[in-house]
Amino acid sequence: MPAANAIGEAGSVPATLPATPTFGTLALRWYRLNRGGLRATAVGIVSLLAFLLVWHLLTTYRVVFFVRFTNVPSPLAVYASFTKAIHDPKFLMHIVLSCRRILVGFSLAAIVGVPLGLIMGRFKLVHEIIFPVAEVLRPIPAIAWVPMAIMLWPTNEQSIVFITFLGSFFPILINTLHGMSLVDPVLVRAAQCLGARERSIFRDVYFPASLPHIFTGLTVGMGVAWVSLIAAEMISGQYGIGYFTWEAYSLVQYADIALGMIAIGVLGLGSSMLIRGAGQLVMPWRSR
Amino acid sequence: MSEIIAKAPQGHIEVRNFSLSYDSIEGPVQAVTDTQIHVQPGEFVSIVGPSGCGKSTLLNAVAGFLKPTTGMVTVDGEKVNGPSAERGMVFQQYSLFPWKTVRENVEFGLKMRGMPRSQRERAARTLLGLAGLEAFEKHYPEKLSGGMKQRVGIVRALATGPKVLLLDEPFGALDAQTRVIMQQILTNMWQRLKISVLFVTHDIDEAIFLSDRVYCMTARPGSIKAEIPIPLERPRQQSMMMSSEFLALRRGLMSLIREESIKAMGGELTDMGMQGLNIELHGHSLADVI
Repeated sequence: MPAANAIGEAGSVPATLPATPTFGTLALRWYRLNRGGLRATAVGIVSLLAFLLVWHLLTTYRVVFFVRFTNVPSPLAVYASFTKAIHDPKFLMHIVLSCRRILVGFSLAAIVGVPLGLIMGRFKLVHEIIFPVAEVLRPIPAIAWVPMAIMLWPTNEQSIVFITFLGSFFPILINTLHGMSLVDPVLVRAAQCLGARERSIFRDVYFPASLPHIFTGLTVGMGVAWVSLIAAEMISGQYGIGYFTWEAYSLVQYADIALGMIAIGVLGLGSSMLIRGAGQLVMPWRSR
Repeated sequence: MSEIIAKAPQGHIEVRNFSLSYDSIEGPVQAVTDTQIHVQPGEFVSIVGPSGCGKSTLLNAVAGFLKPTTGMVTVDGEKVNGPSAERGMVFQQYSLFPWKTVRENVEFGLKMRGMPRSQRERAARTLLGLAGLEAFEKHYPEKLSGGMKQRVGIVRALATGPKVLLLDEPFGALDAQTRVIMQQILTNMWQRLKISVLFVTHDIDEAIFLSDRVYCMTARPGSIKAEIPIPLERPRQQSMMMSSEFLALRRGLMSLIREESIKAMGGELTDMGMQGLNIELHGHSLADVI
C-alpha cells in the first residue's frame, strides 16, 4: 500500500497524493500512537483489581501473619457501608466540612505564600528579614501546632483551618522562592533591552518564570494540607472526614474506618488533580 | 517598518577611553583596558577576539548592563546609563520568553512602549512576515528550531525601532549550515534597514562577511589590537567567501587572532610543561604547530 506508507513517514511530503484513509487504517494508526498510554491504563486497572482481590482474600480468610486481618473489614463490607453513607447527610457533611477547611486554609496559604515568596525573591532585604524566621518555624510539623492553635484561636474551626494553612504555607513559600532564584538573568536583561521597567519585569518575567515551581509548591502544599487537616480533625475536631474515621474506630464501626480512609485518599487525589489542571491552564506553553 | 527606516541616519556609537575592571578576592581584575571604538550611523561593525578577551563585556557596556570603570559610552552624543529600548540586543542563548508565543515575544517591546494591542499585533505580524515566520506566530518558542528562534530574537529586537542593534555571538549556538543561512538573512535585513550594528563574534568568516569594519581585540585585558576595514562590495553573497579578496582579509585577521589566542593560552601551556615552546612564541613556530 504505497499511499499508507507515504502518510506514515511523518514530515516528508508524500510523492503521490494519499487516498482518503479508511476507518481501519485510522483506527490502527490511533492505536499505534497511543499504545503506551493504553497499556498503562490496562495494567493500572488490572493492578487495582488485584489489590481488591488480595484485600478480599486476606479479610475473608482472616489471615494472621504478623499482621492481623481478623477485624479488618472486607471490600464488600466497605462497599456496603459506602452505599449507606452516601445517603447519610451526616457523612456528606463531614466531607463538605473537610473540603471547606482545605479550601480556606490552602487558599490563604497560597494567597500569602506566593506573593511573599515573589517579594522575598526580588528584594534581598525582605528575604534577609523573613527567611530566618521561616527557617526556624518550617521544621515544626503542623500537628505539633495543635495545642498552640487551640490556645491562639477562639473556635475549634479556626484552629483547624490554621493548622491546614500552616501545613501548606511553607512548601508554597519555599518553592516560590526556589523558582525566583532560578529565573534566567538573560531573560531579565532581554526585557530591559525592550524597555521593560521594574513592574513589568516582575509581572512579565519573574512571575511567569517562577510559575512551574509555584505549582510544584501548590501540589506539595495541598498534600501536606490534607495530612495536617486529618491530624487536626482527629485530635480536636467535631466534624470532618478525619474525625469521622477516628469516631468509627471509637464506635467499633470497622467498615467506616476503611471508608473514611478511602474518602481521604480520593479527596486528596482529586484536589491534586485540580491543581495540576489549573497548572496546565495557567501555563499553556508547558503542555505538549 | 517605515518607522525603522526613518530612524536610519541615527545611531552613532562612541566608546572613549573605556576600561572596565571588577573586584575579586585576588584584587581588581582588568577585563577591558584603554579602548576606543565607534560605529557610524548605519554602519555594520564587528568585534572579534580570543575567548575571554572582554568583547562581550564591551558590548554589555554599550547595552548599558555594565558601567565602565573609566571612560564613557555614548549613542548620538547621549551617555549610556543603563539598558534601554533604544539599543536592541540579541543574545546567544536566544532569550525568548518561553511563556509568550512568537508574536507576543515580538510585541513585548511595543507593549512596553504603550502601543495599543491591535496596532502592535499588526506591527508584529508585518515584521514576522518579513522574517518568513508568519506561520509560527502562535507557536511557543520551545517548538522552534535554533535558527527560527534567533530570527524571532532579531525581529523582537528590531520591533521597537532601536537606534542601534547589538548582537552577542547570536549564531554561536547554531550548526554550521544554519549559521550560514542566518548570516545571509542578517546581511539582507541590514541592507534594507541600514541600522547601526555592533556585532560580537569569534567567527572570523562571519565578521568579514557581515561587516564594514572589524575590530580585533587583544587577549585579556582586552583592548583594540587592530581595526580592519572590509572593502567587499554590497550586497554581500555567500559566494564572495571564496574570492581572493575575502581570503586575503581572512588570512590577515586569522594571524592577528592566532597571536592573541596563543597569548591567552600562555598560562595553560606553561601549566602543561610546555615552557620551552612558550618561549618561542615571538617566532611563528608554535602558531604553526597549533
